[in-house]
Amino acid sequence: MNPIMKFIHLMGSPPWFYQFSGRLIPWLWGLFVVLAACGLYLGLVKAPPDYLQGESARIMYIHVPSAWMSMMIYALMAVMGFVGLVWHVRIAEILAISSAPIGALFTAVALASGSLWGRPTWGTYWVWDARLTSELVLLFLYLGVIGLYSAFDEPRKAARAASLLALVGLVNLPIIHYSVTWWNTLHQGSSIGASGSSIHPSMLWPLLIMALATKFYYAANLLSRARIRLIEQDQRKNWVRELLQEGTA
Amino acid sequence: MSGTSAWHAFTALLRRDLVLAFRRRTEMFQPLIFLLVVVSLFPLGVGPSPQLLASIAPGVIWIAALLATVLSLDTLFRSDFEDGTLEQFVVSGHPLTAIAFAKILAHWMVAGVPLVLMTPLLSLWMNLSVDGMVVMLVTLVLGTPVLSLVGSIGGALTVSLKRGGQLLSLLVFPLYVPLLIVATNAVSAAVAGLPYTGQLGLMVAGLIAALTLAPFATAAALKLSLE
Repeated sequence: MNPIMKFIHLMGSPPWFYQFSGRLIPWLWGLFVVLAACGLYLGLVKAPPDYLQGESARIMYIHVPSAWMSMMIYALMAVMGFVGLVWHVRIAEILAISSAPIGALFTAVALASGSLWGRPTWGTYWVWDARLTSELVLLFLYLGVIGLYSAFDEPRKAARAASLLALVGLVNLPIIHYSVTWWNTLHQGSSIGASGSSIHPSMLWPLLIMALATKFYYAANLLSRARIRLIEQDQRKNWVRELLQEGTA
Repeated sequence: MSGTSAWHAFTALLRRDLVLAFRRRTEMFQPLIFLLVVVSLFPLGVGPSPQLLASIAPGVIWIAALLATVLSLDTLFRSDFEDGTLEQFVVSGHPLTAIAFAKILAHWMVAGVPLVLMTPLLSLWMNLSVDGMVVMLVTLVLGTPVLSLVGSIGGALTVSLKRGGQLLSLLVFPLYVPLLIVATNAVSAAVAGLPYTGQLGLMVAGLIAALTLAPFATAAALKLSLE
């Protein structure tokens, strides 16, 4: 067996996943804190204010990475749900369902920061802009997945149902996105476009660093949530008992 | 299992569901009455101005159709689930996709077709022009099967839950967004005298996609609910 396949097989084993993620999590959180500190410092202090939008353009350093993450997490959630559904990998089910609240959070942050940015720029907190509307529908899709998961008593059945819904949503997401974009161009002229075709490096770097920081945040948060869910589900299994005895001894 | 036995199962189930629906006529009419009441609330809420009503008519009728469909979706698999018939379908060895498809088709014939037949009356109420009414009829003919197909996934996912109805609407409405956009736009375009064949083409594409994909997802969801 090649090393990558071996690693994937090992990740499917609950005790091994628990140990491995436990060792990884402090590093992920640490990298997130360092990167976010750098990115925010560069973005909020060092980068020049936008010549058109002024200081309010700095919301971009939170807003854009959150919007990127909201879409990436949905895709990852559906992919992990697919793995869980097809190959009955319990860790994948747990990872899929643990992704949902984080993704919903990023979507909410993207919506809230977008609307706060809209006030000084467009003069209103909310416009039915294509991207805002797609993001709102995405939030509803996330809430559906979370709602369906929490409606079941049996966690594995819940995770499988939620995974299936996430997959259906993934198929629909591009259709929703393009139909909303199309709808928007019919109803109103395009809103203010990006301030320039290229972003100056002093503004691009903090953006990229923040995009990387949010990825580490997601990984760290995801693994932390998945670990808790895993030992909750396995609380009567031997490996968790042994773990507890080790802890108390 | 051969193809003919699957076809037999399909037609038998379709006939059974239609007979059952016919014997429970009052239940069948509830979503229709709901549709009429919801649409009639709009003139009361926004005022009876004919221009205003005509301009919001496509959206109002379509949203009322979505609401009425979701109302009837909750019962799509519920009684079969509760009395164990659904389990028998699974162990019968017939492809579950064919069974799901028969249930969906029966749902469309019972819930979707009457909805389409109501269009002339609703269009009159909402002061929609004749062109608008004809296109509204076409969009509903093309769109209501999609409502049943996509909605059946939600119905199958929530069937084992005690109170799945409210959750069902949360699951299904975001998936209906593209359909709502394209259908209402086709009607608005027809009213304004603009070409609308592109929108109808998109709706046909959506119908074909839903026909080919949704029964599989519904079958998977049913199997999951019976675990």
